[in-house]
Order: sequence, then structure tokens, then C-alpha cells
Amino acid sequence: MIYLDNAATTKPCAEAVAAVTDTMRECFGNASSLHRLGIESEKVISAARRVLLSKLGEGELYFTSGATESNNTAIYGVVQTYRRNGNRIVTTAMEHPAVANPIARLEEEGCEVVRLSPKDHEDFEQAIADAVDAKTVLVSCMAVNNETGYTVDVKRLYKLVKRKNEKTVVHIDAVQGFLKVPLDGDLISISGHKIHGPKGIGALYVKKGIRFTPLLLGGGQQKKQRSGTEPVELIAGLAAAVKSYRGSAERFAQLKEHLVAALSGLEGVTFNSTDKCVPNIVNFSIKGVRSEIMLHSLEQQEIYVSSGSACSKGKTSGVLAAFGVSDKDADSAIRVSMCADTTEEELDILVENIRKGIERFRR
Amino acid sequence: MVKYGEIALKGLNKSTFEDILTKNIKRRLKALGDFTYFRRQSTIYVTPESEVDMDEVVKRLSYIFGIGAIQRSAVFPKDFAVVAENAKEYLRDALEGAKTFKVEAKRADKKFPMQTPEIQQELGGVVLSAFPYLKVDVHQPEVTVRLEIRDNGAYLSAQRIVGAGGMPVGSSGKALLMLSGGIDSPVAGYMMAKRGLVVDCIHYVSPPYTSERARMKVEALAERMTDYCGDIKFYCVPFTELQEALRDNCPEEYFTVLMRRLMVKIANKICDRDGYGAIITGESVAQVASQTLTALYCTNEAAEYPVFRPVIGMDKKEIIDISRKIDTYETSTLPYEDCCTVFSPKHPKTKPRIEDIRAAEASFDFDALVEKAVAETEIKRFRCGERTIDLFD
Repeated sequence: MIYLDNAATTKPCAEAVAAVTDTMRECFGNASSLHRLGIESEKVISAARRVLLSKLGEGELYFTSGATESNNTAIYGVVQTYRRNGNRIVTTAMEHPAVANPIARLEEEGCEVVRLSPKDHEDFEQAIADAVDAKTVLVSCMAVNNETGYTVDVKRLYKLVKRKNEKTVVHIDAVQGFLKVPLDGDLISISGHKIHGPKGIGALYVKKGIRFTPLLLGGGQQKKQRSGTEPVELIAGLAAAVKSYRGSAERFAQLKEHLVAALSGLEGVTFNSTDKCVPNIVNFSIKGVRSEIMLHSLEQQEIYVSSGSACSKGKTSGVLAAFGVSDKDADSAIRVSMCADTTEEELDILVENIRKGIERFRR
Repeated sequence: MVKYGEIALKGLNKSTFEDILTKNIKRRLKALGDFTYFRRQSTIYVTPESEVDMDEVVKRLSYIFGIGAIQRSAVFPKDFAVVAENAKEYLRDALEGAKTFKVEAKRADKKFPMQTPEIQQELGGVVLSAFPYLKVDVHQPEVTVRLEIRDNGAYLSAQRIVGAGGMPVGSSGKALLMLSGGIDSPVAGYMMAKRGLVVDCIHYVSPPYTSERARMKVEALAERMTDYCGDIKFYCVPFTELQEALRDNCPEEYFTVLMRRLMVKIANKICDRDGYGAIITGESVAQVASQTLTALYCTNEAAEYPVFRPVIGMDKKEIIDISRKIDTYETSTLPYEDCCTVFSPKHPKTKPRIEDIRAAEASFDFDALVEKAVAETEIKRFRCGERTIDLFD
């Protein structure tokens, strides 16, 4: 099996699996319990929180059920808390549905929403900051796009936005960016299963001084900001995955260079990922071959890639349009997303099978 | 009390149909517990002999073709005093949430001392004194309380459900349904099962042009159809090579009709081999290019068995209404592509001529590939009422 769909999800690392099972066996207490078992669970959670904060900076960290919940919490929570600051939201046309849909709901409820596309702006960070005005309550922007790997310099974005309006809250969806690019934001969403941790666990980082109305009400866990008994085992698994993460930008750059060189030898391949993209994601279109057919034919050889975002299951997501990719090219787009274990040999086998596929399927 | 539908009207061969219906009922209820069965007066009496979930029993019975009505009843000795004494307890569940009711009595046993109107009046009085908030409404009652004095006892009931109708599955032979992922073919299968046919399914897959999910979707449809059709044998035909041969050797404008003819030819062979007496399709005139009269003629011409097209004259809306009723609509409308759309031409010929079709077919030896596809066909079995595939989008 050659797994090249790491932007959809990753194989849990041995450390995460061990942390989950060990915690389930040995540390099953409810962190809210007053007795020793509860305290032990609480310690596991605190340790995990420190591990994550060491990667994200000073602030508060709330564990959630995943990035969808983190994004919903951040967006609704901020707009509700800071509605006196205004009702304008600045975001992008390339967001994941877990950001785009909550914002669309707020738009229906009366917020003014501005959506910018990378294809329209030479300096995207500056363009976003320029769209911020005195009544902009929220900027929500992904750090790395899941389909192309397009990267926003969110550290710079943060500074530019704050210079324009220091009251505007900046939310960063860092599902694809966490551990891969430098991050900054008032709130940052992350997900466990994209970094070899378990599914069903994510986190929301919140900078000191930023408040948000909680989405879930209940027993008041996690400082009343995210009710629900903490899933200690998943939290331990997430922390273990962070600690043992082995991906490196240098290695990914080598792999990308290898892949791009090999693909460039094929006729009719154009790249939707550019130099402004993280090296672990390479999105390209194969002229005359629909992506689903290529995907299923690679699948027959046990090579797994994606035709778009895995969440959209066969429906064209439209996100590629934000990068100026034509409908036709979007319909034949393949996304290869790598992990630390990916090898040049695997990429060669992939490219060889794509070559065969083109011969068989091109119309 | 399971009351017959159409088979009540049958003559000398009625008992054959009754046997099949009884067997079908036994099969469906077996997993729920122990029952005894006896037949009298166009009714099958199904009596639970152990603790069973009667709601589930009624639900399963409501799917079985050949049944006109299901009446859930309590049986008492033929003594009105005993019935009256137990009525309050038995009817509480049905009457507690109601505002209006009426009583209907039937006296099949003419030796019973009270006359029908008298039974109705007396029982009405008993109900009213037990549930004083109720009002009698003889035209549109929320609940109809029935008391039937039959040869073998007095049957009191507050629940009567219209059955699935039709003829018992298996009483008319067996046929092969060409099942796609669409809305029409499951409905076509349901309609023919209703006429007493055993319906098994044939489906064509073209990996990598079609996905595993598309196949799972069709399997999920077959599984849903078992509620009404009973056990289903599912033939899954590998169709990729044939489609590629079509693409490489035949004019694009004829693809759809040629493809459908190949499907029918494969179905012919399965019918020969496994003893099916007919082919069923979900075709409906004028829906798509392959369903014009001339296209249907060309497809039909390849068939060696009668082709039943029960939805041929139905509007899409009528078909959708049935698919909702039989719970296949949501699965049918999941987005995965099936093999019918692979290589579908931009401008299909809506009036293909059979001579041109034959000429196009002659350009390549399709028979060898048809044989191969039949030989490599996979067979699966879906058991009645089972749900193993859950696609949720």
C-alpha cells in the first residue's frame, strides 16, 4: 500500500496508539472526580496541554472533538462576544466548509461577509488586512489550504490586521498548517488526526485576553468554556502525536522536487500547487482524465490519493476556483499529500501508474 | 389475524397460494420468536407462543405481499361478559391518546346469541364507561374497535393495518431485475415482486470508472428491497472490458444503446443458466435518450426473455412516491456515479436504427467478452430484512 492522502487523514503513529491504549487501561478516571483517579486524569490532560502550548505559544488551550468544533466555537463564540465591535467578517474563498459554513450562517443572520480569493491578489496578507475596517469583528483565514497547500503567512497577517484594527479578532484554521508552518492568531484550530494522532480530538488555542462564548453548555469542564467529560485517552494520544511528529519542511521539499520533476515528464500535467504552497501537498491536473477515474485506477494498485477534499465525497468543492483553476482542470485534479514516511520510490511507482492511467483513460 | 388480499378470490389453486403465503410469513417472523399458525375463513391466525415484540411483528407482516390486512387482536372465549370484562385493559393503549372512536362488530358465527347491532351498542357502552372522555364518531373515528365473533373465538382489536397487497412472492416464478443506482429500478423490482415474482438483481460495475461506493450504494438498495421482495440474490457483473471495447470500436453516438444491449445479453445468459423466466427493468418512456421508442426497440431486440417494464408509463413523480414508500429514495439519490454514465456520449442518437446498431456490434467480437463477464460474475445473497450496509452521506 502506498498512502498519499495525508491531508485527508494520517495513519496514527505508534506513540499515539500506545498513549491511547495505555491511558484507557491505566488512567480511566473522570478528570472532574475529587479522588485520586480523577486527579491522575487531570494530570494527563495538563501535561498534554503543555505539550500543545509549547508549539502554539502562550495562552489557553481547550480540547475539542476536532477542528470542526474548534472552528465553530471560535467563529460563533467570537462574533457573539465581540458583536459590539461590529458585524463585518473578513475571510477567504478557500476556507474549509467547517469555517465557510458557520460564516455563511452568520451572513444569513445579518453579518456582512467579505471573501477574498488568492487568485485576485498579489499580496494576499495585505489584501486581507486592507479589507478590515473599523467595524470588522473577525478575520478567519486558514494557514494552509487543504487542497493545494497554498500558504498564508499568518504571522505577518496577524500583525497587518492588528495594525489596521487592534480590536479585530484573528482566527486561524491551522488544521493543515500546525507543525508545518509558523503560526500566530488570537484563536487557532488544530486537529489530531492530521498529524498522526487519533480522530475525534482537536484543540482550540486562545490567546490571553481573548474571550469567546462557549458553544456547548453542560458540566462546566475546561474553565466552563467547553463542557463535556474530557476524553483523556484521546488527549494523551494527541499529545503523543505532537511530541513524536517527524515531518520536516526540508524533507518534504526534497520529495516535492522529486515528484514535480517526475510528473513534469508526463504530457498534459499542470500544477495547481505553486511555490507559495507547503511542500507536503502537491495538487495537479491531468488533461483529459477525470480525477475520479484516475483515483480509482490508482486504488486498484493500492495507491491512495485524493481527487479533492475528502470531506466533499465526489462533489466538486469549488475551492480550486479561488486559485484560478478552471472547472475542467478542477475536474481532473489529483492531490498527493505526503508524510514523513513517504519515499522517492513510492512517488516513482505513483508516477509510473499515472503514466499508464493516462495511456488508458485519456480521451 | 392476517387477512388475504387477492388470493381470497382464487379458485381451485387457492391452497397453493395460501401455502406460499404461510411459508413467507413463517420465514419473516422466525427470528422474532415462536408462533403457531392456522388458517380458516381466508385468514391466517398468527399466535405468539413466547414473549415477542408485536409492533415488530405487525411491521414485518405489513411488508409481505399477498396480505390484504393485518388486524392485531386479543382472543377471548365467545362470551360477551368475558370480552367486556377484559376490554378496558386491552384497549387502554390504543384509546388513551384518542378523542373519538367507533365500534364495528362482525358475527361470522351465527350461533352467537347477540345480533351484530346489539354487540356494537353494548361494546360501545363498555368502552365509553371505561374511557369517559371519548366521543363516538361513526364517520372518521381516530380508533375503530372491532369485535369479530368467529368459529374459533371472539377477536377484539383496535389496530387494523392495510397490507402490502398483491400476490405472495414466489407464487409466479422468478425474474432478474437490472438494478442500477437510480430511483426507477428498485421501484420496478418492488412492483413485480408484488405480482408474486421472486426478484433477484443483476448489476454491472466498471472499476475504475465506477467506485466501490457506487457498488455499495446498489447493494444497499438491494438490501432495502428485501423488506418487500424477501431474500435477494445479487449478481455483480464486471463490465469494464466491455465498455472499453465499446469505446474503442464503436461510434460514440450509439454507446448507450449498445451498452444496454450488452447488459441484456449478459442477463439472457444468467437467465438461461439459473432459470429466470423474465428480465425486469426500470425503463420509462421518454425519460432519457435510451428510452425513446426506437432505442427501447433496439435494446429489447437483444432480449431472449420477456422484458417487464412496470414503470414504463409512470411519471417521475409517481415513481418517486413509491420509492419513498419502500424506503429506497434516499439511497437512490446518493451522488455516486454508476456505469451507465461512463463514456456516455454528448449527443446520443435518439432514433437509432437496428441495422446501424447491428453493424456497430459486428465491428468487434463482443460475445467472447460477454461470456467472460458472465463467468466472472460475483454472486451475493441478501437476507430478508437484513441491514449490513449503511451509507450515510
